[in-house]
Amino acid sequence: MKRVVITGLGIWSCLGKTLDEVRESLYTGRSGIVLDPVRKQMGFRSALTGYVEVPELKQALSRAQRTFMPEQAKYAYCATEQALRQAGIDADWLDKNEVGLLYGNDSSAEPVVRSTDKIREKGDTTLCGSGAIFQSMNSTVTMNLGTIFHLRGINLTVSGACASGAHAIGLGALLIQNGLQDTVVCGGAQEVNPYAVASFDGISAFSVREEAPAKASRPFDRDRDGLVPSGGAATVILEEYKHAVRRGAPILAEVLGYGFSANGDHMSSPNIDGPARSLRMAIERAGIDRREIGYLNAHATSTRVGDSREAQAIYEVFGDQPTEVTSTKGQTGHEMWMAGASEVIYSLLMMKNDFIAPNLNFENPDEDSARLLIPAQRVAKHFDTFLSNSFGFGGTNASLIIRNL
Amino acid sequence: MTQQELITKINTVLAEEFEVDAAVMTPEANIKQTLALDSLSLVDLVALIDGEFGVKIPTADLPQLTTFQRLYDYLGERAL
Repeated sequence: MKRVVITGLGIWSCLGKTLDEVRESLYTGRSGIVLDPVRKQMGFRSALTGYVEVPELKQALSRAQRTFMPEQAKYAYCATEQALRQAGIDADWLDKNEVGLLYGNDSSAEPVVRSTDKIREKGDTTLCGSGAIFQSMNSTVTMNLGTIFHLRGINLTVSGACASGAHAIGLGALLIQNGLQDTVVCGGAQEVNPYAVASFDGISAFSVREEAPAKASRPFDRDRDGLVPSGGAATVILEEYKHAVRRGAPILAEVLGYGFSANGDHMSSPNIDGPARSLRMAIERAGIDRREIGYLNAHATSTRVGDSREAQAIYEVFGDQPTEVTSTKGQTGHEMWMAGASEVIYSLLMMKNDFIAPNLNFENPDEDSARLLIPAQRVAKHFDTFLSNSFGFGGTNASLIIRNL
Repeated sequence: MTQQELITKINTVLAEEFEVDAAVMTPEANIKQTLALDSLSLVDLVALIDGEFGVKIPTADLPQLTTFQRLYDYLGERAL
């Protein structure tokens, strides 16, 4: 099996629009959550959301290119541009080499709503405009990135609910391990507009702690009352190790293990066995002892059942081993389709800078989180291996193990 | 709105939408070439005209709208 390394990172999130900004936000424990008054006017139960600036791309891309891009494709463009730049990959190189693209995305609600409104208002499908179909498709991000950056390898959107970004990275690693691709652009993107999460709000999944937005997302805390939706995009460049060495690329880390599983039972309520199998598979495939894992980035979204079940799964696999576990969602909210990719980047930034960001708002444990080592304050720690969990609706699970190089 | 005001408005909205200099939109200039329209962006022209002028251009009428002058005349008959 070939080795898979990470040679570039790019991020556009509520914690920052550059790696430096995001690292600083993680270090200081800054929350990216705000109250969006528009959601209240729309009838939302909770108006809490991560705040993500939509990039202005008029200077960077042509009108024709921008016409096909919904919000999340713009985030993904910015993240990918950063990641390719860090990896030392330019347009000329992309034109001469076959590069794959696997990106997590599981909705594109706003263009669908706008098109439907237009058809109902005008009774004429032409008036939706030329971009509507390309913006509306679930594969919009990979369509846009593939054509903009001239990527000519595998081109596929990974839709695995809130584990989409993690599965994209895991599947990209498998392709490289098996010699099918040398370089794969992986990541995850998540739209932030209200239409994207209106029906999610409707099932009372969101925190209603609106009086204190920065306190609302509180993974593992006894008094958590739901998740806070968020989004943006995160890109990770995966490359075959020798290929990266030959290219003189910056080698940041190695993807050691990808574990996956499905619960196969409940639509929204996770179990313990599925996540535990994902964790075990990642460790087994990484070929390491679990005690080598110096930090675990949990999926924990701040929901009552989800955090509890994950805490039980982690305890089942790790036992009393004192490895720090945190969920960065205390700061970011739940970045959903993007989360598996962004949390690899957050964890990597911590690993490279010898700290673990605080599990924001973890004030009192419940009986399950009490059995884990969850720091509520920033920890100064050197670690060389981390594990990142991502789980999604329908019971899809992914775990990635990354090692420092 | 006078015919001249209509022409000015047409040029302004087209220049903004298709990101071209309004000065290149002379009456005799070819619309598709000047605005770099292909089969997809032609749809955007139809949607823009409907949104800005309340005039729906049927697909069958598109071939006759070759120059800006023809578009001015077409909209002049329907929007004024």
